[in-house]
Amino acid sequence: MTDTTQVKPDFMRFIKSNIRDYALLLSLLAIMVFFQFNTNGTLFKPVNVTNLLLQNSYIVVMALGMLLVIVAGHIDLSVGSVSGFIGAMAAVLMTGTSPNPDLFTVPKFDFVTASILCLALGAAIGAVQGYFIAYYKIPAFIVTLAGMLIFKGLALSVLGGASVGPLPETFQLLSTGFIPDIFGVQMFGAPFNLLALLIGTVITVVLIFFNFRTRSSQLAHGLAEEPQAIFYGRNVLIAVALVGFSFIMARYKGLPTVLVVMFTLIALFMFITTRTTFGRRIYAMGGNEKAAKLSGVNTERLTFWIFTIMGALAALGGLIFAARLNVATPKAGAGFELEVIAACFIGGAAVTGGVGKIIGAVIGAFIIGVMNNGMSIMGIGIDWQFVIKGTVLMLAVFLDVYYKNKG
Amino acid sequence: MQPILEMRGITKTFPGVKALSDVNIDVRPAEILAVVGENGAGKSTLMKVLSGVYPHGTYSGEIHFEGSERKFGKISDSEDSGIIIIHQELALVPLLSIAENIFLGHETAKYGVINWFEAITRTKDLLKKVGLNEHPNALITNLGTGKQQLVEIAKALNKKVKLLILDEPTSSLNETDSNALLALLMELRSQGISSIMISHKLNEISKVADRITVIRDGMTVDTLDCHAEKISEDRIIKAMVGRELTDRFPPRTAQIKDPIFEVKNWSCYHPLHAERQMIKNIDLHVKAGEVVGIAGLMGAGRTELAMSIFGKAYGQKITGEVFIHGKPVDVSTIPKAMDAGLAYATEDRKTYGLVLIDHIKHNITLANLDGVAKYSVVDDLVELAIANKYRRELGIRCSSVFQTTVNLSGGNQQKVVLSKWLFSGPDVLILDEPTRGIDVGAKYEIYGIINKLAEAGKAVIVISSEMQELLGISDRIYVMNEGKFVAEMPAKEASQEKIMRAIMKSYGQKND
Repeated sequence: MTDTTQVKPDFMRFIKSNIRDYALLLSLLAIMVFFQFNTNGTLFKPVNVTNLLLQNSYIVVMALGMLLVIVAGHIDLSVGSVSGFIGAMAAVLMTGTSPNPDLFTVPKFDFVTASILCLALGAAIGAVQGYFIAYYKIPAFIVTLAGMLIFKGLALSVLGGASVGPLPETFQLLSTGFIPDIFGVQMFGAPFNLLALLIGTVITVVLIFFNFRTRSSQLAHGLAEEPQAIFYGRNVLIAVALVGFSFIMARYKGLPTVLVVMFTLIALFMFITTRTTFGRRIYAMGGNEKAAKLSGVNTERLTFWIFTIMGALAALGGLIFAARLNVATPKAGAGFELEVIAACFIGGAAVTGGVGKIIGAVIGAFIIGVMNNGMSIMGIGIDWQFVIKGTVLMLAVFLDVYYKNKG
Repeated sequence: MQPILEMRGITKTFPGVKALSDVNIDVRPAEILAVVGENGAGKSTLMKVLSGVYPHGTYSGEIHFEGSERKFGKISDSEDSGIIIIHQELALVPLLSIAENIFLGHETAKYGVINWFEAITRTKDLLKKVGLNEHPNALITNLGTGKQQLVEIAKALNKKVKLLILDEPTSSLNETDSNALLALLMELRSQGISSIMISHKLNEISKVADRITVIRDGMTVDTLDCHAEKISEDRIIKAMVGRELTDRFPPRTAQIKDPIFEVKNWSCYHPLHAERQMIKNIDLHVKAGEVVGIAGLMGAGRTELAMSIFGKAYGQKITGEVFIHGKPVDVSTIPKAMDAGLAYATEDRKTYGLVLIDHIKHNITLANLDGVAKYSVVDDLVELAIANKYRRELGIRCSSVFQTTVNLSGGNQQKVVLSKWLFSGPDVLILDEPTRGIDVGAKYEIYGIINKLAEAGKAVIVISSEMQELLGISDRIYVMNEGKFVAEMPAKEASQEKIMRAIMKSYGQKND
């Protein structure tokens, strides 16, 4: 009984052991197909796909950091307020608006300096919160709840209770800019951004090349657990999705700047979580903090850095959001933390820590994003949107727990 | 005599594995039945079938209790019939009192309002029966493991127990507490309460058991009557492993060289109660190639000593010096202690040793990730090669190194913990209770590993509550009691009596 006998890797077993990932992907596909039908094809229209990406970019960016936080066994409730506060700071610095001109003035910064200051401020906020969580062992729930209140208040304060804008046009490009076309091709009587399609194709080819390289190295060492059919199927799917996606984007204005930022960060965080010692230690700490500590992992420093990263990403999310609206409002960021946390849990992260994938959090974020978008197009009221999103979150986590207990 | 319990032809299969096949056991009224077998032999599964954890219908075979067939659908069904199981990991709520724990779920309440007077009085009676001198309002967290075990038994008595099942009851108890517990079992037997005792400690079994049932590979292989004949430990071991174990300890020839590890004047205080000195001016040294045992009763401060040296993982106001190869080293944090060449394998592998939800490979490299990484990027293939190397060398039995450690048996889990520390490349290994809860065969393998380490010129410190084990594997033994080393002796000259005498004498000195 102690030793399970050697089981040959086979199709069904592989599917079974990775059921969570497939279920997640299938859910996203099902939701997309559902809304494509129920919005009479509006969902996949180039302009809407572009919009969908822009609308969700800041949630995805913050979900990357939140996944680290959750895998480490913590939570961060302050990300919404922090992103709102940073957006407000950015607006104040870029426009030189003082909340109380009678008392003091604010110098006007160029948008690059202001953005860098804001990202550093976000990291510093994360660092302070992380310091209390890591070194004083105050539960993250409490520290970040306090942070949520504090930065909500500070955002109101720096804006003087009013909206501040408009922002420099060059800064707006972060959210509204596109990689410009250089070919000037026409298709279906409309401009077609060939560059976008080319970039998408190149990325696809590179990705598949690396997949095949990993695969052949796995095969050489007898490590390939994934059945051949699934491997090919997966790559075909990646190719169809990416090329199809860039084709759709090409028919509108091309690839948005923010998409580049987002993809770079997703790739970076996937690398960090799966390949680096830093990532490995996060999973170990979330799985068993005491054992990790006794194995020489500096759990305090690790926690500190995770929250610092989260703070910087919350700041980036705030900048993207401000650039998108072209104005900083006191209400910006409200409720973001809920969508970000929900994205991670829908994506399969465990509340107890130690479990969760970057790709899961990204897909989770898009499940929420597509639902938001689709339901809005369908004209479902905001009241029922909340009810439906809540139900989906509950269902996702319930299925997770249910199947974990069953087998 | 009509047996009080009969389990007939019990077969239980899990997907892919037959955990029990046609197991038969019976327990007579007022008897203590010992169930022994290697880890993974199926003892715990059998007890789960009996107590209704695996409900009727998920196994085949029949359970007869007090003359009639029982079909337990859940744990409370078996408890209502008077079958109560006490698990290895105690199921008490630490921050509730003894009385609250005893009546948890069966509160002495009327319309939901608890009658505390009655609860306290009845608890006092129960505590008297089990010989525990504590106030019913004392919190569980303030009691030692031995006393907690007694509370569990008191709780069982409160439920009108007829058959008590104890899973490794003494595995975390010291000698005194173990003896008290065994005496209590015999006392209960004289009152007509039968017990099933699962244990690896053969000397304890031969002390109290009336009969011994041996389970091997999910089958009952033998039942021995202790009153009919004198049962030797070797006889039991032979039945358990199905082969003769000529010697319980592998032979070794010690090649002891210069001292490489020295601790001088080490003191440490309790992490919460700053005035309580836990470790008192300890000096110790270990030579290259030497295995040094630290003997002592539970609570003597052995784990506290080891953990306070290992990066101050325990205690506060720590003072003293550590030398490795004659040079003073800084051991103020765990990473620094590891850099200095120390390794500490914990006594509690599930809580402190392993990331149970992760697989073997990741656990083995956790303490030395930089050893499989370049520029902080882990090289999967190198890591895999390392994991497979230790799997082979230490004989970790698993389907692959990708198996989750939670599913491994105690012995294999321990081997994973040892692999992790071997891979960290230490000069000095402190092994805290390395064979706790491990079956005889795996113990032998662990001893072999310890021998190899010593042969490779490492300094090995073994902390163990099993004196025979220390006598069998060490070159030299320190005896510890109440935070002090009270004796030091070469293992050749040591004996269980000598160690116990040293401990008892040190108690006397305190009263001078």
